[in-house]
Amino acid sequence: MAEIQQQADSGGKGGKKRAKKMSTKIDMTPMVDLAFLLLTFFMLTTTFNKPNVMQVTMPVKPKKDDPPSEIKSSNAMTVILGETNKVYYYEGLLADDVKPELKVTNYGATGIRKVLLDRMRANPQTVVLIKPARKSVYKNMVDILDEMNITNQKKYALVDISPADTVLITKSGL
Amino acid sequence: MTPMVDLAFLLVTFFMLTTKFAPEEVVMVDTPSSTSDLKLPDTNLITLSVDKDGKTYFALDSEPAKILMLEKVGAKYGISFTPQQKKRFGQMTSFGVPIQQLGSLLDRSKEEIKTIKQPGIPTDSTNNQIIDWVIQGRAANQQLFKKPVYIAIKGDNNADVPTVRKLIKYMQDKDINRFNLITDLEMKPKLVSN
Repeated sequence: MAEIQQQADSGGKGGKKRAKKMSTKIDMTPMVDLAFLLLTFFMLTTTFNKPNVMQVTMPVKPKKDDPPSEIKSSNAMTVILGETNKVYYYEGLLADDVKPELKVTNYGATGIRKVLLDRMRANPQTVVLIKPARKSVYKNMVDILDEMNITNQKKYALVDISPADTVLITKSGL
Repeated sequence: MTPMVDLAFLLVTFFMLTTKFAPEEVVMVDTPSSTSDLKLPDTNLITLSVDKDGKTYFALDSEPAKILMLEKVGAKYGISFTPQQKKRFGQMTSFGVPIQQLGSLLDRSKEEIKTIKQPGIPTDSTNNQIIDWVIQGRAANQQLFKKPVYIAIKGDNNADVPTVRKLIKYMQDKDINRFNLITDLEMKPKLVSN
């Protein structure tokens, strides 16, 4: 659609025939349209940020004759990831004769984070045992691992939930 | 107008050169967010995706390593693949079918594969194919590039923990202890210092 304007012939009689002057004015609008179309396309399809990862290092599988690692009951804190985004926790370890008080909270900043920070302040040697219940979702697991990062909790472990824990939850009715 | 057009073309060129199309996934996985700011590496990467129904999918980034892995895993299960099938397998980003069905899946065209709902790779302890893929994928990558692989786990928000734990446990049994959980970025909240 380049428009070429032809200069009107001056029409002078007997005048010298001049070379026709061509003024080349190109209409750039379609090209610009295309350029912007491509620009928009690439801007929208481009994947700028790579996904982030959270690195988890699991303990090396214990050898058969290794003694199981023990933690002191006073240092232990158990966090159970329940269903419908509930977090149960209790301090100390669960034993046949000791039934710690089970409490429930949520994943918010005033929930489990506060609990963890308070606990850390009271006892910096706290070891957190994370027990995901059967019906907990993966998001909860990532959230709680993230809380460990946020609260700078150094020692924590992902542990399987024991039947005693399940009983404790159902009994508490929380 | 000329400066604007110049700028537009400059940007077009920039985006054309920097763009990298997001690889197509067989499943939509909506990842949870975390405050971790580590980036996912581009290469030497095995991705295990777990979707919201707990189905597992496998992906390895490099094409030659994938083909080598396919041969090895196929040999273990006594299944051989034609060169066309291997080629197609190399081009696929991720897959989620039992190896017994892989051949018939690879015979289909790319467009057909997209529409098929893949049932996920078996992860039961009796029919544990996922760990074979991981082990062979790792070995193939090591053999070809002499570099260790990262194992990334891409779980859906609503995937259940037991499935993910099971995968981790299988790999721990094979002495793979470091995992990368793929997450979205979330701002780190400020803690009240005291």
